Amino acid sequence: MGSMSTAAEIERSRPGLALYAPKDAARLVGRVTPVDAVGLTERAASLAKRSIKRDSKLWALDLAIRCMDLTTLEGVDTTGKVVAMCAKAVRPNPVDASIPSVAAVCLYPQLVSVALGHLKGTGVKVASVAGGFPSGLAPLGARLAEIREVVDLGVDEVDMVLNRSLFLGGRYAECFEELIAARDAAGQAHLKVILETGELGSYDRIRQASVLAMAAGADFIKTSTGKIAVGAELASGLCMMEGARDFFHETGHRVGVKVAGGVRQSKQAIQYLVLLYETLGPDWMTPDLFRIGASTLLNDVLMQIDKERTGRYQSPDYYTID
Amino acid sequence: MAKIEKQARSALEQGEPVWEYADAPESTEIVHLRDRYGLFIGGEFVEPKSGTWFETIDPSNEQPLAQVAEAGPEDVDLAVHAARDAYETHWRDLPGSERAKYLYRIARQIQERAREFAVLETMNGGKPIKESRDVDLPLAAAHFFYYAGWADKLEYAFPNRRPRPIGVAGQIIPWNFPLLMAAWKLAPALAAGNTVVLKPAETTPLTALLLGELIREAELPPGVVNIVTGAGEPGAALVNHDGVDKIAFTGSTEVGKIIRRATAGTGKRLTLELGGKAANIVFEDAPLDQAVEGVVNGIFFNQGHVCCAGSRLLVEEPVFEPLLEKLKERLQTLRLGNPLDKNTDIGAINSRAQLQRIEEFVVAGVQEGAEMYQADCDLPERGFWFRPTLFTNVSQSHRIAREEIFGPVLSILTFRTPAEAVEKANNTPYGLSAGIWTEKGSRILWMAERLEAGVVWANTFNRFDPASPFGGYKESGFGREGGRHGLEPYLELDGGNGASTR
Repeated sequence: MGSMSTAAEIERSRPGLALYAPKDAARLVGRVTPVDAVGLTERAASLAKRSIKRDSKLWALDLAIRCMDLTTLEGVDTTGKVVAMCAKAVRPNPVDASIPSVAAVCLYPQLVSVALGHLKGTGVKVASVAGGFPSGLAPLGARLAEIREVVDLGVDEVDMVLNRSLFLGGRYAECFEELIAARDAAGQAHLKVILETGELGSYDRIRQASVLAMAAGADFIKTSTGKIAVGAELASGLCMMEGARDFFHETGHRVGVKVAGGVRQSKQAIQYLVLLYETLGPDWMTPDLFRIGASTLLNDVLMQIDKERTGRYQSPDYYTID
Repeated sequence: MAKIEKQARSALEQGEPVWEYADAPESTEIVHLRDRYGLFIGGEFVEPKSGTWFETIDPSNEQPLAQVAEAGPEDVDLAVHAARDAYETHWRDLPGSERAKYLYRIARQIQERAREFAVLETMNGGKPIKESRDVDLPLAAAHFFYYAGWADKLEYAFPNRRPRPIGVAGQIIPWNFPLLMAAWKLAPALAAGNTVVLKPAETTPLTALLLGELIREAELPPGVVNIVTGAGEPGAALVNHDGVDKIAFTGSTEVGKIIRRATAGTGKRLTLELGGKAANIVFEDAPLDQAVEGVVNGIFFNQGHVCCAGSRLLVEEPVFEPLLEKLKERLQTLRLGNPLDKNTDIGAINSRAQLQRIEEFVVAGVQEGAEMYQADCDLPERGFWFRPTLFTNVSQSHRIAREEIFGPVLSILTFRTPAEAVEKANNTPYGLSAGIWTEKGSRILWMAERLEAGVVWANTFNRFDPASPFGGYKESGFGREGGRHGLEPYLELDGGNGASTR
């Protein structure tokens, strides 16, 4: 995807990118600029009111698909389910070849090999959650081993969870060390750190956690696991994007943002793209630096694309439910 | 269609975003302009005795919108008499609960016709539709609702002080928030039992006149509200009229001083809400990204045509550079253009005269050695426009740091200690508002106690509420509008003789 991929490639080829040592962690957290909740939510709400041009909307919907991590993270996931989802990921609309593939599929470690088999050569990446998802409280050794195992299987991307227990407990150095260890364990794979914003309690905390994860070398910071009631929200997304913007200005490193959890409608996806455009600019509008994790969003996007093209909504029966 | 897809597709292949906000103009169809508007006197629109009319335009394209009557002294006299009649024969003696019903009705009708009012406000004044829609209109309705609630509770607002109306109020309002200022003035005056002659600003009479139509439809007794349009002359006639008991003026300090001289010794009550040169003070520990939004909102809201605008930015030196970088970056994302487009952030300057005034200040700023930075946006060919502008290397002695520019021009200064911030913020003849940005609560309180400003905002700016009093220190005027305080200028009150209040 244009020139951006080069930068992302460079970053990815340098695992252990941590820019700071664990002893810096408390200082890093301490000097994160505070966030005013009222101002932040107002800004997010005002951006959500922007209306974009029709051709931009088509482009945005196309981009939403290209940036999508098609996700299934259920205890009942089976080979059958994953095979079907992989087909959908490659060709979201079987009767329309102009619809691009999604960026990646995201699933549990046990099903990684199924996806890898079905997606080989398609360009669709395989992402696995790992590291004691969704609580992140399995023994550290087990968590790191899980990351190494999925990487050895050949996943392109690892979605790990931040240890909120250490973070909210103020044990920043340990939290940071874990992140660095995970970064090393992930090796060449793209590392996304899930902050679980709905559990952090304040935007100050969200911004601090963002900085900690970015400083430890995360390729992406991600809002949510999708496993608790509060998923991605515009304000928390904006808060993380502002963190990524300052991090870029300070270090020159572009860190991606992934919103996940509760993004079900095209309208929401477009609102996040508006936030992204206004906060981080066009450079970030690529799958290398922006992702939407979702399980049901895709069909709504397909439906909206058809609506934009034909002026009419088609019956949901025309969109496959894989 | 095919073209669009092709574009999107080719953009996709090149990896370049096609990202444009749609022109999303509000339709003007909802507004039914008449060719000309007479004076609203005694419940009817009447031809001016003066026989003269003036043209009112849309400042974003200089297109004429309508002819409006220029009230002469004779017209003002008629309006004052109509107000006096209505006061003595009806309004004064109407129970507060009945007055409240009229005010509630006006408030509800403003809400019902909010879109029409918002579009007209934007057409006549040049402000972005998102502001007239989201700020001016909701607040105008809220003021009527709020004061309607007080109308039958005046005894509770001022216990043991026998509140009673003053009589006829002459109210002169500015062009920056034409309808909202009319609401700020009318609502407390009517709630307290006064009748009114309102004089809207010369460049922006239309929403006040539409409000006149609405008031007529609400069947407010004739003469309770009268509206006389025109420039300085009807304003002066109103101020000098013997039949007026109280003058309320919002506008420039220069005119405020003239009015104060004119009313001195006449027994007329007076409140003035005048200019400002507010300091927005950002400390090192501030929530910087929100402070940037607050600073931008503070000075570019309504193109800086705001008396309480945060036109001086005082930054604690350690964050000067990061804040400036963020501000510059943010400035480039502001959208200037068609005020009726809902994606527009910066609308048109209200008039040619105001534009010239702003340009003069900016030239002076450059000549005095300040460093200018402007957004790169294109300006429309017709109409009155000015780019969002920042000045750095500004010192307290520069004109751009001392005088009210009333435009989208921000002067940035630095400070080292909280005491220095207070000293610099107060080092102005004005004292209308101030903003403090810090995460430290104790410092907010420490600063607020020392800032000579009628309103001090903490970690926000330009936030208004009908329940909150608004007004100035020093040359920014006296008297408060909004809240219980806002009733006081419209009431005769006994001295604090009620033992229970002491």
